[in-house]
Amino acid sequence: MKIIVLMKQVANKDAVLRIGPDEKWINETDIAMQTNESDGYALEEALRLKEARGEGEVVVCTLGPQSAKSVIKDALARGADRAIHVVVDDANKLSPYQIAKAIADAIREENADLVFAGLQSDDASYGQTGVVLAELLGIPHGTIVIEVDRGSLGESLRIKRELESGWYQWFTYKLPALFTIQSGISQIRYASLKGIMAAKKKEIREVTAAVEAFAAGQTISKVYMPLKTKQTQILGNGDAKAGAVELVEKLKTEVRAI
Amino acid sequence: MILVFIEHKNCVLNKTSLEAIAAAQAIGADLGMKAAAVIPCTGECPLVQEIAGYDLEKVIVAKSDKLGTYTPDAYADAWEQVIKATNPQYIVMSHTYQVRDFAPKVATRFGRELVGDVIRYRAEGGKLVLTRRIFLGKLDADLTVGGDAPYFVTFQSGAFRGDSAAKGSAAVETIDVNIGEIRMTAEEPFQEAKASVDLTKSEVIVAVGRGIKSQENLALAQQLADALGADLAASRPICDNEWLPIDRQIGSSGQTVAPKLYIALGISGAIQHIVGMKNSGTIVAINKDGEAPIFDIADYGIVGDLFEAVPVLIEEIKKARA
Ligand SMILES: Cc1cc2nc3c(=O)[nH]c(=O)nc-3n(C[C@H](O)[C@H](O)[C@H](O)COP(=O)(O)OP(=O)(O)OC[C@H]3O[C@@H](n4cnc5c(N)ncnc54)[C@H](O)[C@@H]3O)c2cc1C
Repeated sequence: MKIIVLMKQVANKDAVLRIGPDEKWINETDIAMQTNESDGYALEEALRLKEARGEGEVVVCTLGPQSAKSVIKDALARGADRAIHVVVDDANKLSPYQIAKAIADAIREENADLVFAGLQSDDASYGQTGVVLAELLGIPHGTIVIEVDRGSLGESLRIKRELESGWYQWFTYKLPALFTIQSGISQIRYASLKGIMAAKKKEIREVTAAVEAFAAGQTISKVYMPLKTKQTQILGNGDAKAGAVELVEKLKTEVRAI
Repeated sequence: MILVFIEHKNCVLNKTSLEAIAAAQAIGADLGMKAAAVIPCTGECPLVQEIAGYDLEKVIVAKSDKLGTYTPDAYADAWEQVIKATNPQYIVMSHTYQVRDFAPKVATRFGRELVGDVIRYRAEGGKLVLTRRIFLGKLDADLTVGGDAPYFVTFQSGAFRGDSAAKGSAAVETIDVNIGEIRMTAEEPFQEAKASVDLTKSEVIVAVGRGIKSQENLALAQQLADALGADLAASRPICDNEWLPIDRQIGSSGQTVAPKLYIALGISGAIQHIVGMKNSGTIVAINKDGEAPIFDIADYGIVGDLFEAVPVLIEEIKKARA
């Protein structure tokens, strides 16, 4: 059984973002990067499924610049068996269809039984790479998966999708299929020292992406700080304790909550 | 023409579809087009009359026995045929979990791309400039779409007001759709264990996010809640870690609340959290990152360490109450 896991490198959650000189993306040169959160859970679920099954191969696929190798190396250290790196320098200029198309071309011949992806990226958050990819590969998909019935794995797989407001629904899919995984589906493992050593010997296949022009794609014309919808009174002027004192005063006099 | 998706579960309307109608009417007014609603259903859908009471050119029932329960395969097939039969310029939907699941698939079939989770738009030279939130709410991006119609757009919940959708009277039409193979089978939707607390009735809520760092530190938040007579709630990662039960989760996959006072401790303010609490009377945010999106909707903010602010808050509240 072969599972391909799509993983993306994104800006660190806590990074201070600066808008780039062309005002079309952030300046990525000097900020910390990390694996997209839900992609980490997608990998974890793939590893657990392989372990439950007792056989199989987990292949990581990353589209991005050379620096995205750190995402791949981390995934290999956690237990992925090998990796495919679709090398694209300015991945943030690609539209979701272009990204999915380049990945489809890179993995089609792998004929995986399952493809897992995070449900959305924490940078552009298009939230559709997985779905578009499934359509391009001609396989069914399910999004926002919060549990996998590992024991059910055979010709088909039973998964639980998250619906809104605390509702859930189980579906059974014929394989091959693609699922987008929700953060929090399980506890992510750390890479062991042994895993880090073993990763050095694992294969990383580089693919030069033939990115096709896509006339119907969306293009970012400008990025900017969000417009504020509310006038926020900032209290304490950077001093948290002073802010707390002022807040209690406001809660008393303006909000009348005390 | 603009097609609007009407989402329902067993013919019970998902109210965000009214927001989609309002969005389509607004775009229609700007671009000189009429909107038509599309209801995928098995047949005599009781929703039809309700939707026909809006200012729409028509209501189209996409009809098939296979549209009783939602599956992405059946919905994609139905939409493909409705679009081919009607040739719309735009397809407008609310960005719900169901729409996220099937809409990109439909767009792909037409060699198009969905612009998803849009928060506002403006018309420029007969086309739309669409704004999305990126980087977990820290930045906005204006986008344009190339190529020819149809264009697929989904709007974030709350981007339009459902009660502002204009009323009218629309003709009803049925399109019989052929659904091909459905490669997934659905079980009945269900709710996880019944909620033991009903936060929708809380007057004051103290909510904690990942900034609380550890389960032990929840005690501090609880002390603040006690001092205020508040209920404790949380963002998703706190419940994912099982530091608090899932019925304390606020947001799109948890509870939607509107207390008089909502105090967010170490919560960044991701849209999925905000949709669950933005209608609170007064919102207070304590966060060490002055650019956290939670401050965009906060009435009062403290930019700083919650572990410095909260003990002082508790002290001062006790003093004020004494
Ligand atoms: C389909 C979907 C559904 C979702 N449903 C929900 C939902 O229902 N509810 C929900 O909440 N989320 C939901 N999410 C997740 C959501 O996108 C965010 O990931 C989540 O809300 C982030 O939680 P957080 O703010 O606690 O954590 P983070 O985003 O990590 O923010 C932590 C914050 O704490 C601050 N901080 C850190 N240390 C301190 C300190 N010492 N003092 C003060 N501040 C500090 C940081 O500056 C940061 O802003 C959903 C996501 C998806 C994709």
